[in-house]
Amino acid sequence: MVASLYGAAQESKSIWVYLEVDRGGLTGVSKELITKGRQICDQLGWQLSGLLLGHHLQPFAAEGFAHGIDTLWLADDPRLENFTIEAYTTVAYDALMEVKPSVLLMGATPNSRDLAGRLAVRLRTGLNADCTDLYLDPETERLVCEVSGFGGGVLAFIEMAEHRPQMATVRPGVFTPGEVDRDRVGVIIEIEVNLDPEILTTNLVERSVGEQVDLTSVPVLVTGGRGVDGDFKMLAQLAELLGGEIGATRPPVDEGHIERERQIGQTGVVCSPKVAICCGISGAFHFVVGIEKADVVVAINSDPEALIFDYADYCIVGDVHQIVPALIEALTVEREVILG
Amino acid sequence: MAELHIVVCVKIVPKPEEILVDPETHLLQRVDTRSEINPPDMNAMEMALSLKDRYGGRISLLSMGPTYFEPNLRVALAMGADHIYLLSDPQFAGADTLATTYTLAEGVRKIGGVDLILCGEESSDGATGQVPPGLAEWLGSSQLTLLTEVSIDQDKRLARGRREIKGGYEVLEVPLPCVISVKTACNEPRFMDFSLRSWAEERDRITIWDADSLATEPDHIGLPGSPTVVTGLAEAPYRDRRREFLTGTQDEIAQELAEILKRSL
Ligand SMILES: Cc1cc2nc3c(=O)[nH]c(=O)nc-3n(C[C@H](O)[C@H](O)[C@H](O)COP(=O)(O)OP(=O)(O)OC[C@H]3O[C@@H](n4cnc5c(N)ncnc54)[C@H](O)[C@@H]3O)c2cc1C
Ligand SMILES: Cc1cc2nc3c(=O)[nH]c(=O)nc-3n(C[C@H](O)[C@H](O)[C@H](O)COP(=O)(O)OP(=O)(O)OC[C@H]3O[C@@H](n4cnc5c(N)ncnc54)[C@H](O)[C@@H]3O)c2cc1C
Repeated sequence: MVASLYGAAQESKSIWVYLEVDRGGLTGVSKELITKGRQICDQLGWQLSGLLLGHHLQPFAAEGFAHGIDTLWLADDPRLENFTIEAYTTVAYDALMEVKPSVLLMGATPNSRDLAGRLAVRLRTGLNADCTDLYLDPETERLVCEVSGFGGGVLAFIEMAEHRPQMATVRPGVFTPGEVDRDRVGVIIEIEVNLDPEILTTNLVERSVGEQVDLTSVPVLVTGGRGVDGDFKMLAQLAELLGGEIGATRPPVDEGHIERERQIGQTGVVCSPKVAICCGISGAFHFVVGIEKADVVVAINSDPEALIFDYADYCIVGDVHQIVPALIEALTVEREVILG
Repeated sequence: MAELHIVVCVKIVPKPEEILVDPETHLLQRVDTRSEINPPDMNAMEMALSLKDRYGGRISLLSMGPTYFEPNLRVALAMGADHIYLLSDPQFAGADTLATTYTLAEGVRKIGGVDLILCGEESSDGATGQVPPGLAEWLGSSQLTLLTEVSIDQDKRLARGRREIKGGYEVLEVPLPCVISVKTACNEPRFMDFSLRSWAEERDRITIWDADSLATEPDHIGLPGSPTVVTGLAEAPYRDRRREFLTGTQDEIAQELAEILKRSL
């Protein structure tokens, strides 16, 4: 078997979490991974480290410590201001090879997925995508990654015997961020950045970022499936009335009716709203994992046998194109009564 | 100047409706052996074809999998590609993404003289999205992921792509050769060209390479080359819901639902 660059015998017993910063703070998934990593480390008395790459990022160290990190490995350099795959892979690789942690956890965001895919090959190690839970076997001290396999509610557990670091990605929203302790302190270790200009070949020509949605924490989620026939305007109207956002199953996303970042489920976002309303959705397992954490689930489907009704608190058999407008009407009238 | 040579990586996947899980044993049951081209790879095909329309050159299809994938690949060929390379050997079976990317990279090397390697965003079965970056790493090439558009400067040997990011886009420029993953649904894949149908069925349109002809390291491929091992299976926990059906006229249902929503928020 092809050996990783360092193996179980050389590992330093610790978990590393790759951190990302967005709009002036650590991203949600970064904090979620810190919380999970902290739980596992406390079980075995291991160290939890964060790995943060970028420029002018010192201010985010405190946030990392407050969420549970012991040590922050920080690479602060103007050449890391923007994410480029060569620079980030090289710097992360150098830091990992210096410390040789047992585990490296990363959020399943576009940039981190790219980085993870490249790092895993450079380190000749395994990478588990979209884990739904993580454990550390106290006897073998190996990471056990839980993933949901094909369809029908089956969980698979995946491990690596000798390969290190044991790499895994986790979707935003899968774990819950824990308590924050502002008084918690930690150690910052600066990573020496060695970048050969020859390898820095990616040239960022232009970037434009507008409004972003974070569906993991919205109070109301109105999701549409193939059964809404691309009519997300109607759903957006309902979502607005309820102070929520719209999401979708995979087919409408693949057909281009709605942005990929609004896909709910195993390969999309996992949400924890107060209310999730599922319109014209059959209830495939891949989708249902994305709304499992909702307090209340409402399902509207024309097929009385639809699987989604098994996962709903309130079930309505009917045509979404009639029920949703009627609901909008009922909510609007009520609002007028309250306002009037 | 050499002509542009594009490789499109095509994965053949089981049709979703063909996959059943045995409720007792939790093992996968393939009801049929019916397979399809991974749908996102059709977007990669379309991007390759439009590049060929614009700059000329040729397109090679590259796939790792059993030989019964051949008919699906010939359909893709008839869309307007030039040749199929199928990496097929029982020893390749059971590969995780480390072994898959190694094997595909050896295929790209053996094809030789490749400028662009186009992949789908992710497969419909494994769905890791780890193949494009992993392939780029084995090849030591540049990479651009989640592209909706791409253009080539053949004189400067650069690829410029528009990449979808959260809430917007970025435009990136990298040197060739380059591995690209194409954003799912970013274009309308064309139909196969029926006039190419019988040409695409000809015997020498396809080259099949096994582990020997690729000279792959035996410990890098298939199950032995895969660090990730499934060590257990379990039933997913099931959260019990109320499952209460609302009945009455449409307006009554709407009223009741509005009440429920108000209470729940
Ligand atoms: C590896 C993998 C990962 C995946 N990840 C995801 C994921 O993250 N998220 C995801 O959503 N999917 C995912 N999928 C796809 C998933 O398996 C299902 O195919 C998908 O969720 C089905 O979407 P749907 O319910 O909208 O469509 P369908 O299954 O086609 O269901 C449409 C439903 O609409 C109903 N309907 C039709 N017309 C009306 C009407 N007028 N009024 C009311 N009801 C109507 C029908 O009765 C039907 O139940 C994944 C698949 C794989 C293999
Ligand atoms: C449910 C499930 C979960 C899995 N999870 C993991 C995991 O966590 N980690 C892991 O290492 N492996 C995993 N695997 C195995 C993985 O699917 C295989 O290694 C597979 O060969 C490639 O990965 P992918 O399907 O995820 O490809 P992706 O990276 O999602 O595919 C992206 C693109 O790469 C190209 N491509 C992918 N495979 C091929 C091929 N065989 N031939 C030609 N082009 C190809 C296509 O253009 C495709 O669109 C999983 C498999 C299954 C069925």
